[in-house]
Amino acid sequence: MRKISLSKLDALFEEIAAAYALYLPVDTKAGAKFERWEAGKTLSDALNTVRSAKDFFFPQTENLMDFKMEGKNIEVIDTRSESEDFVLFGVRACDVKSFEVLDRVFLSEPADTYYQNRREHGVILSLACTKLVETCFCGTFGIDAASPEGDVVCHKTEDALYLDAKTEKGQKLMAALESVTQEADASAVDAQKELIRERMAKLPLANLSADAFGDGKTSEFFDAPEWSELSQSCLGCGTCTFVCPTCQCYDIKDFNTGHGVKRFRCWDSCMYSEFTKMSAGQPRLTQMERFRQRFMHKLVYYPTNNDGLFSCVGCGRCVAKCPIQMNIVKVMKKLGGREND
Amino acid sequence: MTNQKEPLIPAVGVVTDIRMDTPDVKTFRVVTPEGKKAFDHKPGQCAMLSIPGVGEAMFSITSSPTNTEFMEFSIKKCGCVTDWLHSMEVGQQITIRGPYGNAFPVDTEFAGKDMLFIAGGIGLAPLRSVINYCRHYRDRYGKIDIVYGSRSMQDLVDYQEIIDEWSQDAGVNVYLTIDREQPEWDGHVGFVPNYVKELGFSTDKIAVLCGPPIMIKFTLAGLQELGFDKTQVYTTMELRMKCGIGKCGRCNIGAKYVCKDGPVFRCDQLDELPDEY
Repeated sequence: MRKISLSKLDALFEEIAAAYALYLPVDTKAGAKFERWEAGKTLSDALNTVRSAKDFFFPQTENLMDFKMEGKNIEVIDTRSESEDFVLFGVRACDVKSFEVLDRVFLSEPADTYYQNRREHGVILSLACTKLVETCFCGTFGIDAASPEGDVVCHKTEDALYLDAKTEKGQKLMAALESVTQEADASAVDAQKELIRERMAKLPLANLSADAFGDGKTSEFFDAPEWSELSQSCLGCGTCTFVCPTCQCYDIKDFNTGHGVKRFRCWDSCMYSEFTKMSAGQPRLTQMERFRQRFMHKLVYYPTNNDGLFSCVGCGRCVAKCPIQMNIVKVMKKLGGREND
Repeated sequence: MTNQKEPLIPAVGVVTDIRMDTPDVKTFRVVTPEGKKAFDHKPGQCAMLSIPGVGEAMFSITSSPTNTEFMEFSIKKCGCVTDWLHSMEVGQQITIRGPYGNAFPVDTEFAGKDMLFIAGGIGLAPLRSVINYCRHYRDRYGKIDIVYGSRSMQDLVDYQEIIDEWSQDAGVNVYLTIDREQPEWDGHVGFVPNYVKELGFSTDKIAVLCGPPIMIKFTLAGLQELGFDKTQVYTTMELRMKCGIGKCGRCNIGAKYVCKDGPVFRCDQLDELPDEY
């Protein structure tokens, strides 16, 4: 483990930025947001960014390919160029875990090479949480906010930033940072971990349990009468899916530029009526069915396909952002029975 | 896969023949610009066809895998992409990627069995591939019965092939029906599910169903009345799809993705899925 004084953080960022494109959360008028670091930009103190870090591997919109059309002929052009190595600094434990959830979808055979390429080029410097907010419930999914995963795990104490390389990628980066960091022992970090875990245990959602849900529970929950009441006020706005670090549904659309055609991929939402609409019919006619799909997917279908791993990391973004105050926590409390009373 | 390493990037295909099957169904023959079959497939598998700028859609591959020269797609005009395909001329290029999905278990569960194929309307398209596969390897299967119905005589897809080839095969019986009387039709009149019950097939065979959901529902009930178990009955499912590789989330039902875990399902497997298809 190594450390650097907080007063010298700029020197650390400068050193990283010399070899990598460095992105970190900075404060903007619209809240904390990952931006490319340059001299003068400072690390946000916010617990979490408004939008999760999934954009870096699965951007909200991306050009998949171009088509050149001439008469009856078509030429398919792969527009990708080599992407540069980049560092994501300050990723919280919940968001780091979301990468594993996304990996299981995008890297399963056949792998999505667009995502895979960015995953290979990205180095994750996670940052343990210090303050917590009442919408946090990462502990429900076995995530420890005080001890995140990542290529390099960082802890920020009152006077220093501690860095601990966990992977080969992380070790390579840390080797380049030897001149600005110094050897450190783990005592300050251990003390901080203990403090955070104490605070986590006092959060309002600390005892929220996902035990009632999981793989193979489709028949238990699919026809539950509670879905109707739970979804009654859902606007179908899709905000929950867009701020969610684990939502991965997408659309593919073509755009005619006048000189050719560009094929784009963009985030989509199972909350939208168009999502499953076919010329032959619509399998999910009501908002209740669409609402149920999202939560069944996160709490039952995804775990069924992924060794019990849930497709939620308890970041609390959907809790904070839903315009009608509906969220996965309410669904879990209502359907999860006595365990969540 | 067209391109194993890049599953989302399609290959170019050339439409070399367009056959008008019914007033709203055309069968398109597709090869690569080099004149070859774009990729190998198994009976029941699908491919994504697109017209850049218009859109991409999933279609079942109608031709048999035993045809190594080209692929065929029987496509009903019913939406944006299909409207455009129907306006195409021979020589036009499209894009193609695949094959996607699982296949009918022709070399395992179907091997050595009597086969009963039941199709309604454009539902014959995915069955044509497996029917012709079974006809090609005739000695691997027992008796083949084909029940096919549509709204009218003019709506029967692949009518010429059915009359000229399927009906002529030894050990193959074809039963055609149309929904309403027509002066020029002297065959059976009535809906497919009722016709299947009237025909009263023995239950020692595999049944493969494809057609509109309502037809599948009533035919399955009819087969069960005859004594068929759901483990003997196969069908194909259709949902909206964008990626074809189980990632975009659109064709997700329960823990299954129709593009990857389907489109072929055994009817007892469907009971495990939530009722939303």
